Amino acid sequence: MNSKELVKNAIGRMVPTEVNGKTLIPFMGVGKYKPTGRKYAPMIATCADYPSDGNKTVPSLKDALIKAGLKDGMTISTHHHFRNGDLVANQIFQIASEMGIKDLVWFPSASFECHSALIEYLKDGTIHHIEGSMNGSLGRFTSGGNMKGVGVLRSHGGRYQAVQDGDVKIDIAVIAAPTADPFGNANGVNGPAACGLLGFALADSQYADKVIVVTDNLVPFPCIPWQIHGNYVDYVVKVDQVGIHEKIVSGTTEITKSPDRLLLAEMTAKFCEQTGIIHDGFSFQAGAGGTALSIGIYFADILKEKGMKSRWARGGSNKYLVKMLEEGLVEYILDGQTFDLEGVRSMRENPNHVDTSPFTSYNYHSKGNFASMVDVTILGATEVDVNFNANVVTHSDGILLHGIGGWQNCLFSKCTILPIPLFRDRIPVIKDEVTTICGPGELIDVIVTERGIAINPLRKDLIEKMKGSSLPVKTIQELKEEAEKICGVPDKPVFGDKIVAIVKWVDGTVIDIVRNVVN
Amino acid sequence: MKNIAETGNKGKGVRSDCYVTLQLTNEGGLNINLESKVKVLYGKNIISLTEKIFKQFGIENANITIEDTGALDFVIAARIEAAIHQLTERDNEYLPEMLKESKYKTTKEKYRFTRLYLPGNSPSLMLNAGIHKPDGIILDLEDSVAPAKKAEARFLVRNALRAVDFYGAERMVRINQIPAGLDDLDYIIPHNVNLILVPKCENPDQIKLLENKISLIKKKHKINDSFWLMPIIESTLGVINAYQIAISSPNIVAMAIGLEDYTADLGAKRTNEGTESFFARCQVVNACRAAGIQPIDSVFSDVSDMEALKQNVLKSKSLGFDGMGCIHPRQIKVIKENYAPDADEIEKAKKIVLAFYDATEKGLGVVSLGSKMIDPPVVKRALSSIDTAINVGKLSKDWRNEVI
Repeated sequence: MNSKELVKNAIGRMVPTEVNGKTLIPFMGVGKYKPTGRKYAPMIATCADYPSDGNKTVPSLKDALIKAGLKDGMTISTHHHFRNGDLVANQIFQIASEMGIKDLVWFPSASFECHSALIEYLKDGTIHHIEGSMNGSLGRFTSGGNMKGVGVLRSHGGRYQAVQDGDVKIDIAVIAAPTADPFGNANGVNGPAACGLLGFALADSQYADKVIVVTDNLVPFPCIPWQIHGNYVDYVVKVDQVGIHEKIVSGTTEITKSPDRLLLAEMTAKFCEQTGIIHDGFSFQAGAGGTALSIGIYFADILKEKGMKSRWARGGSNKYLVKMLEEGLVEYILDGQTFDLEGVRSMRENPNHVDTSPFTSYNYHSKGNFASMVDVTILGATEVDVNFNANVVTHSDGILLHGIGGWQNCLFSKCTILPIPLFRDRIPVIKDEVTTICGPGELIDVIVTERGIAINPLRKDLIEKMKGSSLPVKTIQELKEEAEKICGVPDKPVFGDKIVAIVKWVDGTVIDIVRNVVN
Repeated sequence: MKNIAETGNKGKGVRSDCYVTLQLTNEGGLNINLESKVKVLYGKNIISLTEKIFKQFGIENANITIEDTGALDFVIAARIEAAIHQLTERDNEYLPEMLKESKYKTTKEKYRFTRLYLPGNSPSLMLNAGIHKPDGIILDLEDSVAPAKKAEARFLVRNALRAVDFYGAERMVRINQIPAGLDDLDYIIPHNVNLILVPKCENPDQIKLLENKISLIKKKHKINDSFWLMPIIESTLGVINAYQIAISSPNIVAMAIGLEDYTADLGAKRTNEGTESFFARCQVVNACRAAGIQPIDSVFSDVSDMEALKQNVLKSKSLGFDGMGCIHPRQIKVIKENYAPDADEIEKAKKIVLAFYDATEKGLGVVSLGSKMIDPPVVKRALSSIDTAINVGKLSKDWRNEVI
């Protein structure tokens, strides 16, 4: 793509107005883009076309894909609740490749290293491009400029938005399910591949033209709970194994042992305490990383000491959050994904541990969502710039390595804190300009590093509250200079002319692009 | 002399370090082969640093491979210099710039509740050591460095003393046992080390040897500063000679006990109760108090059990110790908090100190609290408790105004 076809968006990045044959809208600012009209709707189905005995099973995934009308250029969706233990997505494209199908679009809710096998099908033309996330090896492949089409990166909420406003039309949704019945009702709480819930597949079930449920634990009707309703499902396939249990949920998630990360967690928790963010009835969300887990521990200590409790916490859940729920320090967990076996157990047993989907939590086209109601959200980032813009998809060397996940959506919380080390193996985290903007600085309130805390100048209230604090409050510029003094000023990566991926904002507009890496 | 030199660390889990392989050649110039995870961002920087070092040593022909995992300049420089020294005798050094933040001195009376041990050949642990706020940071050249790595560790420790900001923590180095440890001094005395730990100290003569060598280096480099010493008593003989060692130099500010070696020497098993070392600990505390220096306890090796550490510190404090070594940053807070005065002690100290100020203001020679006269040593201890409480954050600097 030639750079003269690019336009400058509201955050100053040059973005294309068309990729993969689709027209794009440049980012206009937070909350500015408001499409009108009616939502996209799937094809009208007629129950007379489906077996009256409710048995929709077909012998194999290949049969199901053929019955679903698999053909060149289709968009195939999968979910990522099996994380790095997914055995289904790769099979779909292996079948498609054997059938000689070309130019498919893979629309996963996220990708993992286990999906690196798909590089083969990206190379042989079975897959044209990926819309979702390109992690690890897939990211490196994409950054090398090797994908036929242009990758599209979306948040979990942005994925729901794209489905609802018709930006992405799913031809076939393949929903791997830990338990299902022949009618297609499915859940994630039971079965050998139990993953807790199937919220990321909800939109797919409702909006795809054809829906295939694949399970290794077929139970007689009814499959209870029915997190996915069989009424949306066309075909059910029984296979030997849908996922590798130990890679789906870890037996145990452990808090970090790294003293530096524990310090970050402790400083973050103290910040929340000193600013009054932690109060009786507050809500919080912390991610899955070791630092985030540790923050939960410090939160629990503070709540206990003060005799307070949290009204609700957002998952991903883990044993530490479950313990808080069971000890009464948290009243409800509203959970998007379960990270360990304790999370799965709690969701199965405890009515206050509730499964959610991107519709309730993150969707731009919902009439409000939970993300903006959270008092404090703790997130990560690969880079932050002096304007608090942050990057989660590329590294400082320019290579695409991560998806957005729920990160963009979570920025809408009342206070977004990024606890990040000031540098990682010599690479400073704070830059003049991030390599890729994934989140606008106006939504990022606080950066906590081991050498100081920077508060966004827009948050005068927080700055005021931290006056006289024993915590080291510095400007983001000071932190940047401190890191560069230690590490040296890094050179910039050299990019090629090719746009290999675009980064969508939660509303579907284009906030930034990723170019191929030359060096 | 060897033909090929290899220095540094590589392999699984190694970060912020580099592995240098060097071969000196007769022609063909400098061939630098850099493999680095930060090559895109710092490749040019690393190459130009390498060229600069070789120029300084007057080496024009060599094959160098640098396998880098994000090492900072001071690390790369130390590794290259150590490699050069393996292959040639050169009376030359490449010194990274001395940070102005690293030029501070410490006082004899400074608190030494916590001092964090860092293996002297592991750069990744050095960078963030200071942010955990130990009273002292020990760059260790002794037991945590493998014999084959002793030589290269000296360069790394020297460069760390110059280029790493320890954020006010007392800059300490544990040298090797005297006499071998005397050779370590050339790498640390000219680079503003604050305190030297002298391991396996058994007699005052070792301290004399040490002081002589320090004087020579000071003369050579025209340095006037004092270098504090902390002998570590780790043998039965050392325990017997504890007092003589403690008074063997005016620069000795503290003396520590090392129980691992001591119990081995004693022929007893080291237990959690510590009955076998009770005598030795008391002896060291007594020797230190008699000599007017700080008695420092042995490290606590279970880094995961903070409650056991706390109990250990409380017991140590009750024996009279003033501090303890740390082998993990998470131990710092627990150790500091528990050596520091507890709430009752602080309350009592506040009353005594207020009475003392009151008496001073009124020009009274005698401090009294209620009907009781307070002896000067009690006042002194109360003042010290208040200082400590402020130092560890248990008491506000403004506590007198807050009381009133």
